[in-house]
Amino acid sequence: MGGKTWVAAVALLGAMAGPAAAQISGDVVKIGVLSDMSSLYADLAGPGSVWAAQMAVKDFGGKVAGKPVEVISGDHLNKPDVGSSIARQWFDDNGVDAIVDVPTSSVALAVQNVAKERGKVFLMSGPASSDLTGKACSPTGVHWTYDTYALAHGTGGALVKQGGDTWFFITADYAFGHALEHDTTAVVLAAGGKVLGSVNVPLNTADFSSYLLQAQQSKAKVIGLANAGGDTDNSIKQAGEFGIVAAGQRLAGLLVFVTDVNSLGLKAAQGLVLTESFYWDQDDATRAWSKRFIDQFHRPPSMVQAGVYGAVTHYLKAIEAAKTDDGAKVVAEMRALPINDFMTKNGKLREDGRVMRDMYLFEVKTPAESKYQFDYYKQLATIPADQAFRPLSESECPLVKKG
Amino acid sequence: MSGWLHIAFPPLPALFAQLLIGLINGAFYAMLSLGLAVIFGLLNIINFTHGAQYMLGAFCAYLALSYLGVDYWGALILAPIVIGLIGIAMERLFLRHIYRLDHLYGLLLTFGLALIIEGLFRQQWGSSGLPYSIPEILSGGQNLGFMFLPNYRGWVIVASMVICLVTWLVIERTKLGAYLRAATENPTLVRAFGVNVPRMITLTYGFGVGLAALAGVMAAPIYQVNPLMGSNIIITVFAVVVIGGMGSILGSIVSGFVLGLVEGLTKVFYPEASATVIFVIMAIVLLVKPAGLFGRAT
Amino acid sequence: MQHDSVIATAGEAREGTAARLVAAALILAAVAAPFFFYPVFVMKALCFALFACAFNLLIGYAGLVSFGHAAFFGSAGYITAYTVKVWGLSPIAGILAGTAVATVMGAVFGWLAIRRLGIYFAMVTLALAQMIYFFCVEAKFTGGEDGIQAVPRGTLFGLIDLNQPFAMYYFVLAIFLIGFAIIYRAIHSPFGQVLKAIRENEPRAVSLGYRTEHYKLVAFILSAGLAGMAGGTKSLVFQLASLTDVDFATSGDVLLMTLIGGLGTVLGPVVGAFISVTMENYLAQFGSWVTVIQGVIFVVCVLTFRRGVIGEIAYHLRRRRLISSASATRDPLPG
Repeated sequence: MGGKTWVAAVALLGAMAGPAAAQISGDVVKIGVLSDMSSLYADLAGPGSVWAAQMAVKDFGGKVAGKPVEVISGDHLNKPDVGSSIARQWFDDNGVDAIVDVPTSSVALAVQNVAKERGKVFLMSGPASSDLTGKACSPTGVHWTYDTYALAHGTGGALVKQGGDTWFFITADYAFGHALEHDTTAVVLAAGGKVLGSVNVPLNTADFSSYLLQAQQSKAKVIGLANAGGDTDNSIKQAGEFGIVAAGQRLAGLLVFVTDVNSLGLKAAQGLVLTESFYWDQDDATRAWSKRFIDQFHRPPSMVQAGVYGAVTHYLKAIEAAKTDDGAKVVAEMRALPINDFMTKNGKLREDGRVMRDMYLFEVKTPAESKYQFDYYKQLATIPADQAFRPLSESECPLVKKG
Repeated sequence: MSGWLHIAFPPLPALFAQLLIGLINGAFYAMLSLGLAVIFGLLNIINFTHGAQYMLGAFCAYLALSYLGVDYWGALILAPIVIGLIGIAMERLFLRHIYRLDHLYGLLLTFGLALIIEGLFRQQWGSSGLPYSIPEILSGGQNLGFMFLPNYRGWVIVASMVICLVTWLVIERTKLGAYLRAATENPTLVRAFGVNVPRMITLTYGFGVGLAALAGVMAAPIYQVNPLMGSNIIITVFAVVVIGGMGSILGSIVSGFVLGLVEGLTKVFYPEASATVIFVIMAIVLLVKPAGLFGRAT
Repeated sequence: MQHDSVIATAGEAREGTAARLVAAALILAAVAAPFFFYPVFVMKALCFALFACAFNLLIGYAGLVSFGHAAFFGSAGYITAYTVKVWGLSPIAGILAGTAVATVMGAVFGWLAIRRLGIYFAMVTLALAQMIYFFCVEAKFTGGEDGIQAVPRGTLFGLIDLNQPFAMYYFVLAIFLIGFAIIYRAIHSPFGQVLKAIRENEPRAVSLGYRTEHYKLVAFILSAGLAGMAGGTKSLVFQLASLTDVDFATSGDVLLMTLIGGLGTVLGPVVGAFISVTMENYLAQFGSWVTVIQGVIFVVCVLTFRRGVIGEIAYHLRRRRLISSASATRDPLPG
């Protein structure tokens, strides 16, 4: 037994050698999909994001500027150190030209630093933090799909307009939760609303009933859920149980994806208001793309996965136009080209790395309103890009020259 | 840390509501820690797979509904039996090899088994959770004046108290329970009385696992059903057992409910610390009364 | 923790020569490694190897199982990252600051925990570590789940730029060797002998007049301090300190590493750390299967393989030698 294991160990250590260090970038364009393949965000990004990147390459013809395109993938386990170590190795050792996705903000911040140092392209579809185009912005970082600022402004602004002018927050006791609460509070106050209270909840809490009762007692018209993943699902599920929505309060999910609604079921999620940049059933183009995804995964694609497809496609277009895969030059080309695909209409990449796109405010349908499989959302409003995202005049990004 | 600064003392009815909520959460802790305590008492194994088995119970309910059309009430009976049998198979295949070793090995083995089960379920069902609804007859709720109590929560607290009480009575007041307790103390002697101790051990493990599965079914309609639901709760339950006194049946039940209450109060006064308070109590208990609140000193 | 102490037996002199040869070969391999392997990867493995060795000092030699060692590893990482980034300390001073804080924490934790034995000891360390985790979530300076990012590696003695991968690698290797040497000395000193005596039979050690509490506390402090040294170094390698390193899962990882490599063996934790880090790196694309594989390793290790990789090798080598040298006596080893 000992002998065998030793051999196995040597084999494992031998595997560390990997491919040779010398790679001539340009022989092949390598795209690394770095995502959460097995945990919290695996369903909204993960294997679906890898698939989306592969489809984008396939639909592009498998080649760009006459060179083959290769897609590899890795799991960052939602740990910043694991993410940054994979990113370093991909760039330094494996000849990766661009990293895509990264659905965890803390990991994305770490990868952004690594990519910035090396002048490599980082196409962020997954992460939420608006710091990625703020004080942590990078000349080669592209924040594609959404950010916390847009979610707060979309959901917060629209609800206050509809009369939801008093708020209570249930906030994940983490930086992203506080950021969401902070941004949304600013919007609510600016629109003339009031915040009646908030409660900070530890991550991975199973029971939210205590907090929901506190929210109920505050008599706020809107309960803002500044949390994510399983915490959001649990709070929505239990809000239904305690009759919160039935009693007239509204639930606003500040970071909710279609995958969450899918896992909750409409009975629990009905009436929830949320902001996304993509919904599979918006028009013929989104339906056509999503059908391919649903055939593969049996659930609707999230905006993150759709964003991966769009970002990779646009990246390849820019390489085609620039005839190089040099990070800085490609991103310059990406800025020059307008973004148009099934989910993005006349999008534009801004100097701080922010992709300017319209966002949409949705409400989750009741089971009675839902007519076919995955018929989940009704659209309440379109939030134009210039209202959805942080204006450059407020930017903390050092790359933004202020006049 | 800022929690203390902006907390106003809530009105008394509101506080009462929070205590009731805490008690309901305590019901889950009690059921889970009861199973752990029963297993530890007889097998001397800290069953880290307990969280995964709780998750299996919830999944069993979901799968039974989706594929067999078995409803919640059917699942309450089906899941403990199915998962209990799986537990028995695990005991025969793995656990029985390590009874004579240090506690640590039992813990590591069951931890490894939990990783395997959770990994396989994540591979198959992803991690974003599956829908499961409250049974029709228990939906809605009662207005108690000071709060709106969902019927389902009322059911959870009654059912779990009955289950805990029955288990305690069986172990403390019946002949079977007497054998169990005796086998914990001196297996050789009990064997001399003609009792098949290994079989008793196997069945006890199956029973403890069945309790976890039952708690899982009861959790399915109100907590998110996902492969990680057990790993989030197991360390807390583990602490509950230690506080109650490892292997003490009564201790696990009482400390389950009491810690639910304590956690409920923390959620009002210092919500940030609600996940940590149980560990603070555990540290204090271990340092002051090392055998736990209800444990016998060894 | 009843298992054969693999290293200390008769024939130690001969083993000493062999060990010296192995050590020389390993150091040579470590010096050459960055030319063949990706340096950051080897640095990460070295940090975890030191962490596992420090952990092993406690579990393998003193028989104390800690479920909270991530607290030392992670806290030191924060301290190093913060002092280097915000106060502008030099890398060495930063690592020393981290080590010092971990040592002080180790003194407090150890003082509380060694009053209890076995699983209760483990639970006290778990409880204290959960409190540290809570502190790190709440405290402002740790930056919540984003951690402390973009920590500068700085220059060594104002001369050597640690942003050069090779310079950083040899710096990390030096730290690892220093830590490893300290542990090696501790194990092979009278102090280490007393620890082993306590592990095998504490009442007997007490009856021989040893103040066992005292020895256990010193072992705990040493272990915590060295875990901190590893954590501080890691935060410079990755240029970030985050909640991952104070998380309970990290305490579990280090236990897995030590177990795979071999509890109570000098080289076991190093091998275990390399295997574990390699797995995490190269199996990452298989998603949840990594968890399944880790679980299988736990189960296999516990059921068939309790000595770990190095422990099994040493056991078989020694048995072969014993059988050949003493063929007259039958099966000299129990079990």
